[in-house]
Amino acid sequence: MLEIKNLHVKLEEEDKAILKGVDLALQAGTVHAIMGPNGSGKSTLSYVLSGRDGYEVTEGSASLEGADILEMEPEERAAAGLFLAFQYPVEIPGVGNMTFLRTALNSQRKARGQDEMSAADFLKLIREKAKTLKIDADMLKRPVNVGFSGGEKKRNEILQMAVLEPKMCVLDETDSGLDVDAMKLVAEGVNALRDAGRSFLVITHYQRLLDHIKPDVVHIMADGRIVKTGGPELALEVEANGYADILAEVA
Amino acid sequence: MNVVLQKKQSAAEARLGAMALPQSAAWMMSAREDALARLRAMGLPSGRDEYWKYTRPDSLTKAEPDPAAIFHSDEPRLFGQIDRLKIVFVDGAFDAEASDDLEMAGIEIHRLADISATDIHWSRDLFELYGTLEARGQSPVERPLAALNTAYATDGIVIRATGKAAKPVSLIYLHNSETSDAILHHVIRVESGAELTVLENGPAAARFNKVMEVDIADGGAFNHVRAQGRDHERRAVTHTFARLGEESVFKSFTLTANGVMTRNEAVIELTGDNAVAHVAGAAVGDGDFHHDDTVFITHDAAGCESRQVFKKVLRNGATGVFQGKILVKPDAQKTDGYQISQSLLLDEDSQFLAKPELEIYADDVACSHGSTSGAIDETALFYLRSRGIPTADAQDLLVLAFLAEAIEEIESEEIAADILSRLQGWLARRR
Ligand SMILES: Nc1ncnc2c1ncn2[C@@H]1O[C@H](COP(=O)(O)OP(=O)(O)OP(=O)(O)O)[C@@H](O)[C@H]1O
Ligand SMILES: [Mg+2]
Repeated sequence: MLEIKNLHVKLEEEDKAILKGVDLALQAGTVHAIMGPNGSGKSTLSYVLSGRDGYEVTEGSASLEGADILEMEPEERAAAGLFLAFQYPVEIPGVGNMTFLRTALNSQRKARGQDEMSAADFLKLIREKAKTLKIDADMLKRPVNVGFSGGEKKRNEILQMAVLEPKMCVLDETDSGLDVDAMKLVAEGVNALRDAGRSFLVITHYQRLLDHIKPDVVHIMADGRIVKTGGPELALEVEANGYADILAEVA
Repeated sequence: MNVVLQKKQSAAEARLGAMALPQSAAWMMSAREDALARLRAMGLPSGRDEYWKYTRPDSLTKAEPDPAAIFHSDEPRLFGQIDRLKIVFVDGAFDAEASDDLEMAGIEIHRLADISATDIHWSRDLFELYGTLEARGQSPVERPLAALNTAYATDGIVIRATGKAAKPVSLIYLHNSETSDAILHHVIRVESGAELTVLENGPAAARFNKVMEVDIADGGAFNHVRAQGRDHERRAVTHTFARLGEESVFKSFTLTANGVMTRNEAVIELTGDNAVAHVAGAAVGDGDFHHDDTVFITHDAAGCESRQVFKKVLRNGATGVFQGKILVKPDAQKTDGYQISQSLLLDEDSQFLAKPELEIYADDVACSHGSTSGAIDETALFYLRSRGIPTADAQDLLVLAFLAEAIEEIESEEIAADILSRLQGWLARRR
């Protein structure tokens, strides 16, 4: 599904290397988790994958189902099936949540040569998805993320994911700021989407989310590299002992 | 006598030399002569005037208008789906063929040219309104081009709303001659408890000078939505003078897309307690587009609300101007005044010049104002694109989002949808 090879990334504006050779391969239908200390480059990886400005790839590659995504515009990556649930979802005053989602869905469909979804079908779809995530009608009508609480913003990200049905979902700390019940809702939202044709890359600091979304593989990122890869037990180890042992071991 | 004033006065004399007052009945003639005297005393506006600091008046004051090419579009006509009373002016001349009969339940309506020729009419009061609000509006700031309008207007519409108007009155200003110079003057009286909506659209002429005087009695309601023509080279100076009685409502929205010169002045007096006045504008333009909103709202009664919402989207070196003032007189306690003027600059060549002013003499008031100027929010743009929305669509979404607060001032959803489609058309032509 997603294959990242020896990815080196620096900031465009200054000579600061952030990713220093990331290697990662996700098979279709799998869930991988990335953990790692603050500032190790997890969000940067997610931004580079989704095509945000400000970063320069100096070496390496990233492909989605064999297609080089680093050459694509952000909207092309989305249409190709990549989705990033942002660590800090953006507020967009004046753009209604519904309008936004419908425009996004139909843009992607158009880019893939599919027919646009009718307003009625869309309404049905979004109502159903919103209900399972306990997002009320009022939130759908409001401008994108404006005045949403931290937890509501994260649930809104998962709603977008549920509606857009991407193949490759990158979740950047979707669990942070969520209360226990909201975390369960989000995890259920993710689990409902788990499918043989879909993969997840879940960035998190806490084992708790991984209790609900069971990962197949856990990676530890430190200083711009994947320094250790293992099974779910790796997350438990981090939870119990922090990163010191792991970092010492690979140093 | 000071030299600047002398220059302005001789400019006025030079301009007026070639103009004759339109033939009218005696009552109208005296209103025109009074206006002419006001104009002679003030002279024409000059680039040295504080009030014309950001907008050069020359092209509006000189004898011959600059020619303006005619804009053609195959978009559906604005307000085409709205049931309305259509009144058409072509280059400032009334077009009887294209207009509906001047008859509608809830209002009395006449052409200014008709009533100004006779001395016997249904409302002597209304005759006397001609030029009255314009004259009041000359202080504390002079508006010579409005006085010029009162003196020389060739036609216009005079409406007295006595009940709830059955449908909107829709003034359509067509532009067929590249060198036309049109002066129209409308007078509207909304009687106690009456309701009226006036729509205006079209470029009107190569150069258009329009005055609209709106007198709203206690409990009356007046709604106004206009879209100024998209002919890029057209020039317009418009003045809206409104006086509001107790618990009356005045709401006005203007869309301006294109136009090398637009100066829209709104002069609003809240004279009865608990009156409400909203003026809003959305302006979009590129290149040598120059758009000026100049607003003066006077609170002269208690418990009134006023709201100014002006948004401009500027590209490729376009210029936007906002001069907005809220004057709160000593007895206007419990005034609620809000003013916002914002520009979205789509490149570094465009500029927005804003002069918001508050002058408050009452102590128990809530007034706020803000003015900002900024570029497209790149973070928001990326967020939209990351969801699959192509850059151009995402940018348009953000532009419309920026304008939303102004468009929300339009009461009718149907009319707002029409205005929105005009904006979408403008954006689409710039792809
Ligand atoms: N645009 C930028 N300008 C300056 N520094 C940046 C920028 N983007 C990332 N960095 C730096 O790169 C490093 C990695 O940041 P990143 O946000 O990817 O970390 P992270 O692993 O997601 O951390 P956290 O767990 O706190 O979310 C940090 O040192 C950060 O300050
Ligand atoms: Mg991060």
